[in-house]
Amino acid sequence: MKILVGISKSPDTTSKIAFTDNSTKFDENGVQYIVNPYDEWYALVRALELKETLGGTVTIVTVGAAADEAVIRKALAIGADEAVRIDADPKDAYYTAVQIAEYAKEKGFDLILTGKETINYNGSQVAGMIAESLDMPFVSLATKLDVNGSTLKLEKEYLGGIQEVEVGLPAVVSCAKGMAEQRIPNMRGIMAARTKPLTVIPAAQVDELISFTGYTMPPAKSAVKMISPDNMDELVSLLHNEAKVI
Amino acid sequence: MSVLVYINGVHGIGKNAFEAVTYGKKLGDVTVVTNGNVDDAALAKLGEYGASKILVDKSLNNADDQQLTKMIENAANQTGASTIVFVHDHIAKNVAPRLSVRLKAGLVSGAIALPDGDGTIKVNVFSGKAFGSVKVNTAKKIISLLPNSIQPENNGGSAAVESFSANAGDTKVKVLATKQPEGDIPLPEADLVVSAGRGLKGPENWGIVEDLAKALGAATACSRPVSDADWRPHHEHVGQTGIAIRPNLYIAAGISGAIQHLAGVNGSKTIVVINTDPEAPFFKAADYGVVGDAFEVLPRLTEAVKKFKASH
Repeated sequence: MKILVGISKSPDTTSKIAFTDNSTKFDENGVQYIVNPYDEWYALVRALELKETLGGTVTIVTVGAAADEAVIRKALAIGADEAVRIDADPKDAYYTAVQIAEYAKEKGFDLILTGKETINYNGSQVAGMIAESLDMPFVSLATKLDVNGSTLKLEKEYLGGIQEVEVGLPAVVSCAKGMAEQRIPNMRGIMAARTKPLTVIPAAQVDELISFTGYTMPPAKSAVKMISPDNMDELVSLLHNEAKVI
Repeated sequence: MSVLVYINGVHGIGKNAFEAVTYGKKLGDVTVVTNGNVDDAALAKLGEYGASKILVDKSLNNADDQQLTKMIENAANQTGASTIVFVHDHIAKNVAPRLSVRLKAGLVSGAIALPDGDGTIKVNVFSGKAFGSVKVNTAKKIISLLPNSIQPENNGGSAAVESFSANAGDTKVKVLATKQPEGDIPLPEADLVVSAGRGLKGPENWGIVEDLAKALGAATACSRPVSDADWRPHHEHVGQTGIAIRPNLYIAAGISGAIQHLAGVNGSKTIVVINTDPEAPFFKAADYGVVGDAFEVLPRLTEAVKKFKASH
């Protein structure tokens, strides 16, 4: 089975979120980048599990600058066979998705996996856009994925519950929690990653459909009002009269 | 301006649908396109919130992403809509990106407000830790609206319901089963949420959380360690790697308030934190705090809510 996993970098989940250049740019000062957790923990690890049971290859692809190669090596250390970096700034989801689709078309991938969203932009857009660009079916927010010959059987998050679906290959799937367990790269993996092929390819000419023009932080909360654990009537009354939420 | 709002009618028309129609109405003349075997009275209700026309394909129930994309594309072409509005739920995440490519229309995911004066639209970024302003560079726009971002407005209008043939082609993603919790309030659209964490010590103790939720008419949620330990189902996990919610009231018991958890809930209007540890970081993000044992405080709060409900 030939699997492509789209990965993105994202700031470490404990990063301080701040903006610079008059609040138009994310402040990267002191920020540690990681492989976006959904891409790594669920999409990549499930791809590796499938390769281990069914054979085949796992290729990772990212749209990014040379500086992102540290993040790519981490994904290789976990076990991907090879990596492709499309040399461009991932301007928006459409730009990113079309670059990946351009790379993937006619390469004969059976399955294309990504995380359900990045933890920085939370758009949930790229996987569906790759699917449309390649005219493949798309299953979003999958929590379980099994391969049965040329058919995928999946469970996906669906309106507060779970839906079981079936789809023929090739297909695009975005992966959510439940799909696989996080793997920590071992020393052998880290050593091997240094010599695995990392191909850099030029970007295609693609439009940007949206742009982020600025960022704001949520307004600061006013001080917490403490209530005695013996006086829940007071809390209920505050929720009704002051907060007006019940 | 002509606005098309996509509503999934397969599971009935809910509050989020009224929010999306209200949002669309603020932008222009609203046509709703919907699918699923939903009754006309429920559809007509959308007219009260500002839809002037409703296109429905009742035969399309278990439609997949490509079929819904084609249906909405056909409806957009028929109505000449320049803006398409989705409820930012699991279906929108499946369909809106496809439609964006197909129409070459910029997609604003997780919008939390109407467009600002300069036309940019605010969205949640960094898992709710900040807001971003999005400018759409294309003539056609797609806006996927986060639940609980706008107050639905019933203006008592009415809409013509027309049957619509989606011309959606074959199903490629076949639905084998749909399991939805019976009678529960779906977490993403709940106004009131009661959530608990490791402080509850074990899944067998969730009764006191459910009792409070029931008394309030709230949905239940949990923190990541609780869903990781399988005490509660994954879909209840709120936080950076779970879901982000924006209820009016979020009550958190036995959750310390790690930054990753706060990311999922800091869009809540009012936050109540119950914790034995007065130094728990969650108190800094709370509106009301109770230092106490959840096992004592939750039942007391449930009783107080019942007493309040009985007298109001």
